[in-house]
Amino acid sequence: MTSRQQILNDVRKALGRAPGQPPAAQPQPRIVVPQISTEDRIRLFQERLEVLGGKVHRAPTYAHASSIVAGLIENSTAVASNALALRHAGITSLPNVSSGYTDEPSLRAACTTAPFGITGADYGLAETGSIVTIAAHESRLVSLLPPVHIALLSAHRLLTGLDEFYTLHPLPASKSASTVFITGPSRSADIEMILVRGVHGPRVIHVIVIDEELI
Amino acid sequence: MPLIQIEQDNNIRSTVADSKIQRAVYSATARLKEKRSEVVSSDALPEYQDLRTQANLIKKHTLENLDHYLEQFETNLTANGGKLIWARDGKEVADFILNLAKQRGVKMLVKSKSMTTEEIHLNEHLEQHGIDPVETDLGEYIIQLAHDRPYHIVAPAVHMTRLDVADVLEKNLHVQREEEPEKQAMIARHTLREKFLAAGIGISGGNFLIADSGAVTIVENEGNARLTTSAPRIHIAVVGIEKMIPRAQDLAVFLKLLGRSGTGQLLTVYTSFLSGPRRPGDADGPDEFYVILMDNGRSRLLADPEKRQSLYCIRCGACLNACPVYRKIGGHNYPGAYSGPIGAIITPQYQGIQQNPWLPFASSLCGACAEVCPVKIDIPRILLELRKEVVESRAGSSDSFAERKAFQIYAWMMRRPKLYALAGKLASTFAALPGLTSFGPAAKWARTREVPRPASKSFRDQWRDRKRAAQ
Repeated sequence: MTSRQQILNDVRKALGRAPGQPPAAQPQPRIVVPQISTEDRIRLFQERLEVLGGKVHRAPTYAHASSIVAGLIENSTAVASNALALRHAGITSLPNVSSGYTDEPSLRAACTTAPFGITGADYGLAETGSIVTIAAHESRLVSLLPPVHIALLSAHRLLTGLDEFYTLHPLPASKSASTVFITGPSRSADIEMILVRGVHGPRVIHVIVIDEELI
Repeated sequence: MPLIQIEQDNNIRSTVADSKIQRAVYSATARLKEKRSEVVSSDALPEYQDLRTQANLIKKHTLENLDHYLEQFETNLTANGGKLIWARDGKEVADFILNLAKQRGVKMLVKSKSMTTEEIHLNEHLEQHGIDPVETDLGEYIIQLAHDRPYHIVAPAVHMTRLDVADVLEKNLHVQREEEPEKQAMIARHTLREKFLAAGIGISGGNFLIADSGAVTIVENEGNARLTTSAPRIHIAVVGIEKMIPRAQDLAVFLKLLGRSGTGQLLTVYTSFLSGPRRPGDADGPDEFYVILMDNGRSRLLADPEKRQSLYCIRCGACLNACPVYRKIGGHNYPGAYSGPIGAIITPQYQGIQQNPWLPFASSLCGACAEVCPVKIDIPRILLELRKEVVESRAGSSDSFAERKAFQIYAWMMRRPKLYALAGKLASTFAALPGLTSFGPAAKWARTREVPRPASKSFRDQWRDRKRAAQ
């Protein structure tokens, strides 16, 4: 008997169920989406993220966002993901920003040396101060390896919280192999419960919330 | 008897006498307790009790229909391009990983924190066969370097001070001694960064398996789990079959409870929802994606409808922080990987009650664990069930014969009110006789206690008299 058969047999025997027997009626999912105005969402998002040591910037347009990014990077260098918003904002054309990597080895090499990583954010979650990436073309390593992470978030994509996200995406796996919620900079309190930032991921996260809607 | 065993255990005695460990564990658990209380208070989270009820309901439903969800998970994971491996025990898990490592020529692999792999001693198995597993969670990494065991489900190095950590890093990594946690963490970041980029396989655990998505959800704060599951070419998630939930939407409930109960966070820093290998056009991510579904004693536990709830656990660690026994005797005195109240109920059930008969007795039954449990596991009740099993399995042992008989007679009498009343009267009359408690089990009991004298007029009589007087 294979391990698969054995485990399924043991489980069925313990539960008194037959192969192929349909499950009992599922409990209804519990999804409660609160009503919060866009301005209040931004305020709440900023408050929650800043408690965690993240920084929130406001930009009326994508062009403004680009100048905020330029100001953050100054004379240093950055690697940018292939998110559409970054090209639209002109960030990928900034002089010290490298992007457009199509093969993983060169993307990886860029991420291990760049002090800044720039990505888009498909959604924000106001209640927790999180950003969400679900897009298939968003890189994982750009938001993970450089010590500082900068993300661009459209205010129109700022959701109230988890419940609203799962209303929009009941099956995230249909969109991409990896969906991630990032809630503040990397942290640990493993030594004497003392907070340390940037243990493996970035120690600083900037989120630029943009009023302009990306068409 | 079990209780005597606990009192006389030398390891427990020395932990209780170790003021450094006592201070470290007491203050860390106090801090975690306080942070949890703040974020689950009715002001901070009015729907907290609703969420617990729903989480309990979902876990109950999933486990009652587990075979269905296991198969649904398999179908969806396979459709995403992932591979499902079924493992009856730890050996089958290790064999699969060793085999794959050999086939792919992998000598070193990175691991993110996983209690399931602790449970099956995966690292030892791999090391014995020439594979080098590197723990990457900061606490786990320190523990691994120190050849120690995790002390707490969510805070593995909670028993060590920064000076201990300084010793461990200096001795094992031959770096300059650093006593500041911030600098110590940077040493780990630097050393482990190279490992992430060089490792051929990343091994993670999984907090939830999502049946309708064929996905694994992993929560963490450092980014090491995200690196483990993103940087190496191969990702293997080792997860117990009980971690299943039916739908991605159910995460809206569980994620709100897990971070809050474990560390007082609204959400942990990284919540990853991984459903397969990288897809065409993806910038990065693993080429191969495996989920190992492990039984290792869990299916046996499903059979009992009452004790089945032990498998609802989402490993938040809140019951450890709340437990007066854990906080005193610490994590290393519990056998197996899981400590505290949850360890006291699952370890004897996974390993068999004969292995550690004292475990269910290591509790004052104060109920603090059940009160903080986000999925409402009735831990004290299961402890009582297990105590019953221990006692019954020892039936016939001579030392407790008289005691057992006495309680059987007592139970028989309790069910017969008239007889009970009569016995009460007799007791108050005869209790005045000297020497009644100087033999049998009563003598043992009375050695360290004063035997109370029954009241001259019983409660029943007083009640009856008052009722009459009122009429």
